Amino acid sequence: MDISDVHKGTKLMIDNVPYNVEEAEFMKPGKGSAIYRFKLRNLVDGSNLNRTYRSSEKFTGANVSTREGQFLYRDGNHFIFMSTDNYEQYSIDETLLGEKSHFLKEGTIVTTVMLEEKPLDITLPIFVELKVMKSDIATKTDTVTAQMKSATLETGHEIDVPNFIKEGDYIKVDTRTGSYVERVVTKK
Amino acid sequence: MVEDERQRLAHLSINLQRRALIYNTTRDFFNKRGFLEVETPVRSPAIAPEKEIIPIGSEGWFLSTSPELYMKRLLAAGYDKIYQFSRCFRKGERGRYHNPEFTLLEWYRTDADYEQMTKDTEGLVTTIAGKLGMGTTLRYRGKKIDLRPPWLRLTISEAFKKSAGWDPVAEPVAQRFDEDTILKVIPDLNPNRPTVLMDYPAPMASLARLKPDRKDVAERAEVFIGGLELANAYSELTDRQEQKKRFLEEARQIEQEQNRTAPMPEKFLAVMSNLPECAGIALGMDRLVMLFCDAASIDEVIPFTTDEA
Repeated sequence: MDISDVHKGTKLMIDNVPYNVEEAEFMKPGKGSAIYRFKLRNLVDGSNLNRTYRSSEKFTGANVSTREGQFLYRDGNHFIFMSTDNYEQYSIDETLLGEKSHFLKEGTIVTTVMLEEKPLDITLPIFVELKVMKSDIATKTDTVTAQMKSATLETGHEIDVPNFIKEGDYIKVDTRTGSYVERVVTKK
Repeated sequence: MVEDERQRLAHLSINLQRRALIYNTTRDFFNKRGFLEVETPVRSPAIAPEKEIIPIGSEGWFLSTSPELYMKRLLAAGYDKIYQFSRCFRKGERGRYHNPEFTLLEWYRTDADYEQMTKDTEGLVTTIAGKLGMGTTLRYRGKKIDLRPPWLRLTISEAFKKSAGWDPVAEPVAQRFDEDTILKVIPDLNPNRPTVLMDYPAPMASLARLKPDRKDVAERAEVFIGGLELANAYSELTDRQEQKKRFLEEARQIEQEQNRTAPMPEKFLAVMSNLPECAGIALGMDRLVMLFCDAASIDEVIPFTTDEA
């Protein structure tokens, strides 16, 4: 496509990587040639990129869409999801998920970013509730201040939790930061 | 959608009222100085061939990109001071400071040069500021701009040597010139004073006359306020042969590189031998209104941009 067809929200392939145009600035001297300044978000790893282009530049659009899916189970390095629309199963490699895999448990609903028909990435719910499988018992002195200790979650991931958290508790975790939020009382 | 549009337009109300006041003040300004307001075609069979200004076609003709050639045909017929508000169209020009359909204010004087046009602009802008009760200080995007004339004047050579480290008069490379104008020179202008950049490289002023003592420099001036390119003035070229040569070269490049037709504006060329010494200027009215409304985007001063049309 021509650069003049690129707008905020357009999805482009640049060096074989899909990007979302977060901001597009058109600049042109009255009598001169135009320059476009794009703020781009890498749809694979979420990183940002600023690029300046001339008006003669041509782009290939990225055929990117999203679909809702439910996490079913893990099979080695593959995470298996099921589309909530058509119940088709699809798998995403652990390396593409990165740290997001730490917070996936059976039944979690995620938004999957698809490049053509290939799953590329997922967006997790901001908060997930996970069971503490293993945590050391805090020593008495530790309980005086708000000290943290390590706990292993049902996904196998370790995070820091307050000392009062016991094995078998459910806790709420912020998936954006990967940190403990609060203990979930009602869920057993 | 109905409610969204009502709210959007209600929000623009103050700016649109101010826009009308600026138009009225502008008409007063020129009428008092003996200028005649004119109107010329928006749709015509040929326009000035300019590589970086792409016209929108209309059944084999073109929508106006500037009324310049018609204004000069009036001057060639004996009119000496004329102005007009003119709807212009430039394909693909859309951004914070651009809408593909916009309004140029153009005015022309015989027996005048680009310096006179710059002085007229100083007079017009300060008159509007006074009428709006701003005195001589414009507040735009958090900056205080001192409008008192004379405005800063810098030659293109001076501005480029200071901000971009090279001299485009010595090396007139168009692409690099345009990029550095936007990315280096404009951001480096004094934010608190209007600035006039003048004396452009000869190849970058296709309708301007060259300086009498400098064959590499054209008498072209551009006015910048608050980082916005507001107006472009020429001491007009009156040499028919030279004009035809420049148009043919520009048209050749357009046809070869861009695969679009660029017919010669023959009726203009035919009367050019009667064109007296004169100067003209084109000022972006939407941007002038933006400055006086402290608007970050042209969308705040036009009720229906191309996206809302």
